[in-house]
Amino acid sequence: MSAVARANRLTPYMFLAPAAVVLVFALLYPIGYMVYASFLDWSPSQRIGEADFIGLRNYANLLTDAAFLESFWVTIKFAAVVVTLEMIIGVGLALLLDRNIRGMSLLRTIFILPMMIAPIVVGLMWRYMYHPTVGIFNRTIKNLGFEQGIPWLSDSTWSFIAVVIADVWQWTPFIFILALAAMQSLPRSALEAAEIDGATEWQKIVLIKIPLMMPVLIVTLLLRLIDAFKVLEVIMVLTNGGPGLSTEIVALRIFRTAQEFQELGEAAAMSNLLLIMLMALTIGMFMYTKFQEARTARMLKAAQAEDE
Amino acid sequence: MAASTEKQNPAFYALLAALVVMSVGPIALMLATSFKMNVDIYDESVSAFFFTPTISNYETVLCNVLWYEPAHVDYCDPTFGRALGNSLFVAIVSTALTLVIGCMAAYALVRFKFMGRGTVSMTTLMMRMVPPAVLLVPVFGIWTFQYGLDQSHMGIIFVYTAMNLPFVIWILQSFIVQVPIQLEEAARMDGANPIQVFFMVVLPIIKPGLAAAAIFTFRIAWNEFLLANALLGRSTRTVPVTIVNSITEYDIDWGVIMATGMLLAVPPIIFTFAASRQIITGMTAGAVKG
Repeated sequence: MSAVARANRLTPYMFLAPAAVVLVFALLYPIGYMVYASFLDWSPSQRIGEADFIGLRNYANLLTDAAFLESFWVTIKFAAVVVTLEMIIGVGLALLLDRNIRGMSLLRTIFILPMMIAPIVVGLMWRYMYHPTVGIFNRTIKNLGFEQGIPWLSDSTWSFIAVVIADVWQWTPFIFILALAAMQSLPRSALEAAEIDGATEWQKIVLIKIPLMMPVLIVTLLLRLIDAFKVLEVIMVLTNGGPGLSTEIVALRIFRTAQEFQELGEAAAMSNLLLIMLMALTIGMFMYTKFQEARTARMLKAAQAEDE
Repeated sequence: MAASTEKQNPAFYALLAALVVMSVGPIALMLATSFKMNVDIYDESVSAFFFTPTISNYETVLCNVLWYEPAHVDYCDPTFGRALGNSLFVAIVSTALTLVIGCMAAYALVRFKFMGRGTVSMTTLMMRMVPPAVLLVPVFGIWTFQYGLDQSHMGIIFVYTAMNLPFVIWILQSFIVQVPIQLEEAARMDGANPIQVFFMVVLPIIKPGLAAAAIFTFRIAWNEFLLANALLGRSTRTVPVTIVNSITEYDIDWGVIMATGMLLAVPPIIFTFAASRQIITGMTAGAVKG
């Protein structure tokens, strides 16, 4: 090892110590605490020691609670729909815009604006636009001569569509930017070889660009999928879960169980179930990335060998 | 990359224009509405973008920090002006802390071989996945009953630092890897200790990475609602909390809400324009480089 790495054995720990302290006290310990709290009948006015230990009853209640199961289903449906739409639109746009034009860097800056804006504000903006009378959508619809506007936030089907549109607006840029970056770092030799062989634009996309980008696309998809399970504020501001339970995702249900119903134990049990699901996704992602890395390395090696 | 000489289709530019309208449209509408009188907002004959602008919504929101007394404000509600100060303080301090601590940890993970390195790295990645909603219950319980940090700025700064650390460590690693190790070795030869090497050699080189990390961290601390809502008291609340509190009423004052939203959106928008290159590099560092 180099001189730098041969420094005192304690050096790395010294560099890590502050991060470790913060993470242990503000993340690991709270998560452990949450697991414990999920076995309690606990309200915010009590200290945790005063709460009754009720074993698995919170979990039993949740698994038989139709409203909670519905919120789990809404979350999965929401994540699946938004991530699918965002992947298709984002990658499609990246393929269309993958060329050198003047002002591309300014355009990219404009496209990433939606994801920089506070989710609370995104929720407000869309709530204003979906407003039954003053909102721009219904105004336009009426100006076009239709008698009735769309009941964006007051109909259970439309409200689901409404929250999906807001999320797609905010997060498609994320996938677009990552896909574009991946495309621009593809090995040029492969594309040039295909051009010499007379491949059409479409063949280049399907046979070369997409397969070579696959590892990045998968990581992007999983990052976005995990983030889609964390969405909360936009939906809270837009519909607050309603009408009925049509847009009540698990994160929102956790918030309301803790805040409105003051059932901290039950909220902790929900958090635990959500976390287990996210951890499973993360581990899946990690293993898949390792597997893909090895595969891409082989593919690139083969491509290089062909070049020579 | 397609050849730059090829002639672009007009449909291509139409698509570009449509995309720009779609990404900026809602923000422009919010900006326009924030300059609109409430009567104009509710008047269907007044266009969404063409009307007589007024700054009265901003005056209402900022009345307690203005140097003059706005004519139309009967009662000046100090909530928002105070929240803006709280937001700035919380976001800036937690960003600074996260960067220093995260940078040190990332450096240790990249440059040293030590026991438990793999575990630390993996744990960090896992913790990036924890949603704020999951932290809500335990953080409320611990901060209130054990640390005694509820209602205070320190409490929320501590949570935000922890929430952002995994991400910052993750993206800074890919920047630190690129620092030529010869530079560090040369500094060691000249008698610098590891701390000096880190601060005088490594930090200056990874400035772009730090900028990216700073913007992402600031953005989360500036925008976060859930934990701020659970932990902060009446006088320490941040802007997102005050916005949500003001929309629970049946009748929303759209002009004022949009002005508040605009003020909350402005810093991230400025950062985006000032450092878009770093932001995009930072975003792609995690996914594209693996």
